[in-house]
Amino acid sequence: MAQAFDARAQQERLVSRAQQALALAVSQGADAAEVGASVDQGVEVSVRLGEVETVELSRDQGIAVTVYVGQRKGSASSTDAGEDSIRATVERALSIARYTGEDAASGLADADLMARDVPDLDVHHPWALSTEEATTLALECEQAGRDVAGITQSEGATLSTGEGVRVYANSHGFVGSQKGSHHGLSCLLIAEDGQGMQRDFDYTSARDPEALRAPAEVGREAARRTLRRLGARRPATGTFPVLFDPSLAGGLVGHLMGALAGGALYRQASFLCERLNTPLFPQWFSLEERPMERGAMASSPFDGDGVQTRNNRFINRGTIASYMLSAYSARRLEMETTGNAGGARNLRIDAPQEPVEALLQRMDRGVWVTELMGQGVNGVTGDYSRGASGFWVENGKVQYPVEEFTIAGNLEQMFANLIGIGDDLDTRGSIHTGSWLIDGMTVAGD
Amino acid sequence: MLLTPGGLDMDSLDTGLSHAMGAGIDYADLYFQRTWQEGWILEDGEVKDASYNIDGGVGVRALSGEKTGFAYSNQISADALADTGKTAAGIVRSGTRRHGQAVSPVSVAASYAGIDPLNGLSAEDKVAMLKLADRVARSADSRVSQVSASLSGTHEVVLVRASDGTLAADIRPLVRFNVSVIAVHNGRRERGSAGGGGRYSMAQLRDAGVAERYAREAVRQALVNLEAVDAPAGQMPVVLGAGWPGILLHEAVGHGLEGDFNRKGSSAFAGRMGQQVASKGVTVVDDATLADRRGSLSVDDEGTPGQRTPLIEDGILTGYMQDKLNARLMGMAPTGNARRESYAHMPMPRMTNTLMMPGQDEPDDIIKSVRRGLYAVSFGGGQVDITSGKFVFSASEAYLIEDGVITAPVKGATLIGNGPEAMGQVSMIGHDMDVDPGIGVCGKEGQGVPVGVGQPTMKLDELTVGGTQS
Repeated sequence: MAQAFDARAQQERLVSRAQQALALAVSQGADAAEVGASVDQGVEVSVRLGEVETVELSRDQGIAVTVYVGQRKGSASSTDAGEDSIRATVERALSIARYTGEDAASGLADADLMARDVPDLDVHHPWALSTEEATTLALECEQAGRDVAGITQSEGATLSTGEGVRVYANSHGFVGSQKGSHHGLSCLLIAEDGQGMQRDFDYTSARDPEALRAPAEVGREAARRTLRRLGARRPATGTFPVLFDPSLAGGLVGHLMGALAGGALYRQASFLCERLNTPLFPQWFSLEERPMERGAMASSPFDGDGVQTRNNRFINRGTIASYMLSAYSARRLEMETTGNAGGARNLRIDAPQEPVEALLQRMDRGVWVTELMGQGVNGVTGDYSRGASGFWVENGKVQYPVEEFTIAGNLEQMFANLIGIGDDLDTRGSIHTGSWLIDGMTVAGD
Repeated sequence: MLLTPGGLDMDSLDTGLSHAMGAGIDYADLYFQRTWQEGWILEDGEVKDASYNIDGGVGVRALSGEKTGFAYSNQISADALADTGKTAAGIVRSGTRRHGQAVSPVSVAASYAGIDPLNGLSAEDKVAMLKLADRVARSADSRVSQVSASLSGTHEVVLVRASDGTLAADIRPLVRFNVSVIAVHNGRRERGSAGGGGRYSMAQLRDAGVAERYAREAVRQALVNLEAVDAPAGQMPVVLGAGWPGILLHEAVGHGLEGDFNRKGSSAFAGRMGQQVASKGVTVVDDATLADRRGSLSVDDEGTPGQRTPLIEDGILTGYMQDKLNARLMGMAPTGNARRESYAHMPMPRMTNTLMMPGQDEPDDIIKSVRRGLYAVSFGGGQVDITSGKFVFSASEAYLIEDGVITAPVKGATLIGNGPEAMGQVSMIGHDMDVDPGIGVCGKEGQGVPVGVGQPTMKLDELTVGGTQS
């Protein structure tokens, strides 16, 4: 990498800045305070049509201070972590806390919940890669895709690598810090026939560069995904089963977690208000969080409140077994925090899985959706209506590509109508799941 | 304000630029930016959280043909300029070393006042404004169970110095007020929200009475949604209301007319300049010069003055939106559409305020002409695949049209179509031109920028509506 990054030194620097900010806040009248600080550095190289297109070097840093004066709160942040800037940030946060209202639920998480078990979770694997080496890998990826017959144009391939350090500290004396790395390679290709152009992409991403898929494989998969879209028609309008590709099924898990999040619940902005311990999915389906999994995308021993993370089981045998709560949202709901300030970490499905071919057989006639578009998901009501493209399935077999249609339903009904999960696990993000087959959705096309 | 704290002066900009103008580099620019952001949030009748953010830095870009080297620093200092400049110039290692041209300051007609929008309203006044919205919303209807409101503002100062001699600066105020309510009735729960703002001060926002107006509007929308029936599914005529529904233009044609996609041939509109791409009567412009609008720019992020750029005139494709890189490579002129989220992001061609010009039709006649269809007046958001031309957008307030009359409200439905095809489906255009209230954020390649849209009431003969009632 062109710029040297000493993660350990950065970690020490951020911890000392965070402690300095906390001491300053307390000395200037805060009853409690918390500080988040981070620094990230990375390189991104994009190639297109066999040539380097952009080389981007990034280095971001920031420090955010929250102070509590009685039950009043104030926050301020800055991208400059110099001493003067920290002083100004703390003063700003304190001055804001003079104008905010009393909030009985505000404040740090309880001191006895602070994380004590803080193991190294194996998420920091820096990649000593020169710009030239990064370029070579991206070129190899794009070329493999362009070599596939039928690919007519390219949006290029991008290799990115980065690492960073994150610190959270509060006036209980808790200081948590974590080093992490992230690497990825993606490729987006275009193919054209008499009907017009189609594009699609593939990517690989991992904490450890060793875990990335081979560049040529990513390029060829991007080509395969692009070519199979040519000749798309519009499906019939009607009610059909829908098979969601793994990455899209992960999106459904995301909508579920959004509705189980404390912030949505206490604002009454969730279709799952007052639904704890009631059935939502079929009995064979469970969903859990494994925040301490080694080397995983979202692993962390402490949450955004400094609270020890734990293996939460959100859905147990079809029933909502837990909400997803931070210290603040838990107080608002008169419950206990689940160690989820900042969200869920590493969600895993616990359910029987079957080959996609078997799911297509069970579907018999319907739509296999491989891409969704738009923001048509209403978290308050669960109403779901999104643009889609994919494949038409008849007699359990893929017939032809389809596009320019919508799929619609209500998330609550969709979860109840889940009839199978594929073994085609997508492990690139923090939610790992195979395809989902959901019965009885409305398809609007021709 | 930008340079002095880091000990820089105009001469040090020339030195900084010379680092970026390394061997083989044919253009370089420095982009200095500082932003001061403030946000106040009310929930449960109290302002429970407020935040203040300071950001600033310099982004350095070096171009060589189609290649771009880019680096940035959140220090504005001579050392940072040298480091980032040399890094950006590293994109090519050989070639002629050119010199930048002498400074020629860009003069612009300002589209908004260069003010700090956060001053002029005390913290007490800001809190009072939010509490007023809460009171108005709660007293408007007993079914209102939750009210949240937010007031935010950004004071942004930028300076661009480029090797083509450009020296331009801009002060960009941006404020916004939002209200969101939840209404509950008979076990059903629905949300309504409203908001707006522009490039002016928080005081002006308050004086315009936005707290009352948006509180009432959010409640009205939530109550309409409480009555909404399932939306129809299938193809039908769609009438779009005036103003914010112009998001259709933004998605269906706007993105497809950005210079980068057309240079690379990846847009469904590539190579169609001079051709009929929309119904006769359809005229679309991108206009950065509208006074005080959210999407307006006195000068873009490359120092090119903001302009009014015709894109489609009477159905014929006549223009693309360009930044300097794509304009040069396509042999066209920049159109003042170079935008970036911040100094830490590279500029690219982006929309400002995208508008469809008014026609002659009476809005009432447009509704009357539809036997069975959808009347959509508000939208949540949209997306487009510029390569295939497919776009979607999600209605947040829509009604059935039955026998020429607006009837039941319907639940949020997604509309889907193909940009070039949908523009050919436009059959009636109202004379009631309106612009959105100032709420748009456009995302492209991970960068968000504020935008505006506008249009009169208009009818598309056939579009796919994605409800649940087939």
